[in-house]
Amino acid sequence: MAPTGWFPTTRNRSQEGLGVWEHRGKVAVVGIGNSPTARRWDETADTSVGAWAISAAQKALDEAGISRDEVDGVVTCPQGMGSPWAPNPIPEDFAKAYEPTDNPDDGLTGVSADWIVKNMGLKNVKATYHTPACISPALCAGAQVVGDGEASTVLVIRGTGNFSGRYGQYGAAAGDTASGPGQWTNPWGWQLIPQIAYGFDQYCRKYGSSHDRMAPFVLNQRKNGALFPEGYYYQHRPDDLKISVEEYLSARWICKPMNIYDCDMPIHTAGAFLLTTAERAVNMKQKPVYVLNHVSQRAKVRSSVETLDETEAFTDSIARKVYEGSGLTASELDICNPYDGFTLFTQYFLEGLQWHGVQRGEAHDFYAGDISVKGPHPFSSSGGNNGNGRTRWWNQLDCIQQLRGTAGERQVTLKAETALAGAFTPNMSDWMVYGTSPD
Amino acid sequence: MPKQAPVPDELSKPFWDACNERRLVVQNCTACNRMQYPPEQTCSECGSEHNLEWREVSGRGKVNGYCVMHDSRIRLLQADQPFNIVVIELEEDPAIKFLSHLPGTPVDQVPVGASVLVDFQEVGPGQLIHEWRVVG
Repeated sequence: MAPTGWFPTTRNRSQEGLGVWEHRGKVAVVGIGNSPTARRWDETADTSVGAWAISAAQKALDEAGISRDEVDGVVTCPQGMGSPWAPNPIPEDFAKAYEPTDNPDDGLTGVSADWIVKNMGLKNVKATYHTPACISPALCAGAQVVGDGEASTVLVIRGTGNFSGRYGQYGAAAGDTASGPGQWTNPWGWQLIPQIAYGFDQYCRKYGSSHDRMAPFVLNQRKNGALFPEGYYYQHRPDDLKISVEEYLSARWICKPMNIYDCDMPIHTAGAFLLTTAERAVNMKQKPVYVLNHVSQRAKVRSSVETLDETEAFTDSIARKVYEGSGLTASELDICNPYDGFTLFTQYFLEGLQWHGVQRGEAHDFYAGDISVKGPHPFSSSGGNNGNGRTRWWNQLDCIQQLRGTAGERQVTLKAETALAGAFTPNMSDWMVYGTSPD
Repeated sequence: MPKQAPVPDELSKPFWDACNERRLVVQNCTACNRMQYPPEQTCSECGSEHNLEWREVSGRGKVNGYCVMHDSRIRLLQADQPFNIVVIELEEDPAIKFLSHLPGTPVDQVPVGASVLVDFQEVGPGQLIHEWRVVG
């Protein structure tokens, strides 16, 4: 096979007015798998992102009760989220254990579809694609690939290698000069974090709110994380989830008004989802969770920053596409798991979606109510990345488990027949809508 | 405070050359009569690549909003933490936004809505960069 290419953006559902997704209910998630988690890679082959991606993928296959030979499609997000491994030498035991691809970082920072095909020995794969940034676009691509009949059983995989050292402080951030798009932003230190912090400040000024009103949401995310056995904190540092309002409010600033507890913590792990046709799904071991829609947002800002007006317009558009393509209304969406990697932008998604009737400017009042998983408004029942460590797929995993009824202590007490999850930002994100019924 | 020095490219060179002459210029589409910043190869409104010109602007603006950076990924800025990162809107078109450290304004005491005037700071040999100061 030729090296895997990027999933064509023309196949994303990024426009409004496309109507109900043509494959609504004809694609299903039939397997999920997550590897162990670690804060950082210990530099052994057995715990490499590649090894753990295989482990996660095998769990997804085992859940569905199918063999590797039945997989005919693979979609991955090959990019890591943290620093690259290169120019460090490839550890010998890793080099011996796995077949390389042209990218020396493959299997260390992330995994390509080619690496998975080679190292899992997938003999019958006829379609492979890569997507950027998160597992959400890979899930969207996987759903479209199955729906279009390009492949019938697709593994969707992401690994997130996290190495020693300060996160993100390499490459352009470490230099004395700024080039390309960075010449307009980096001299002042404008990156995603200031964008989110500035946007939140604008939000508070517009709606008369303040950072301290985020405490109920952040604490609830961590409570939900304490109920998620696959998550990093549950496995390794459960006490870190038990923060008080006072601890949240006195935490060190990263970029005021964003503090350390508003940021998810990078971790080292891998996750996998198995998608197939609705026809095949009924013969597999798990209760199928049907894909009702997938949505992508690729918006352009007017100038050098994203304004609050733009953020609100972008998230309004996401909501319109989510509902239009799934045929659902806001009141018919049971589980709502938008991205929380920076807690300070989650309210834009919530308000755009108008989940449980939340309108613009009302998120902080909503957070002050009962948003626990056993309450009347179980928002972000996964605990997200804030409660589990940064992967950007806990929210997708939770949707599947909630709709299967296997979310354990996180299982909501309300009806769980439809669900939404997505990441990453208001201007660039991808969303999956799920249902217990294909109809 | 030290900043990363911009590396001009074919598209941005006229902008940085103007900065070196202490002038602020912005791309303008003569077909749409619409400014855009940062510069692009084509007009983001009409898509034209032939109607873009560099238009000198007043250098007056207002403080739109801000945040205070305490833990930047940009190495050169880390010694000066915490520092203001301020969004400036241009007088001629408030949709055009610039960034600033607002030199002269204490950390976290940024007057949102205040008038500002462009200033220029040397960030490398012979390279000025646009900055902004609160006026009046």
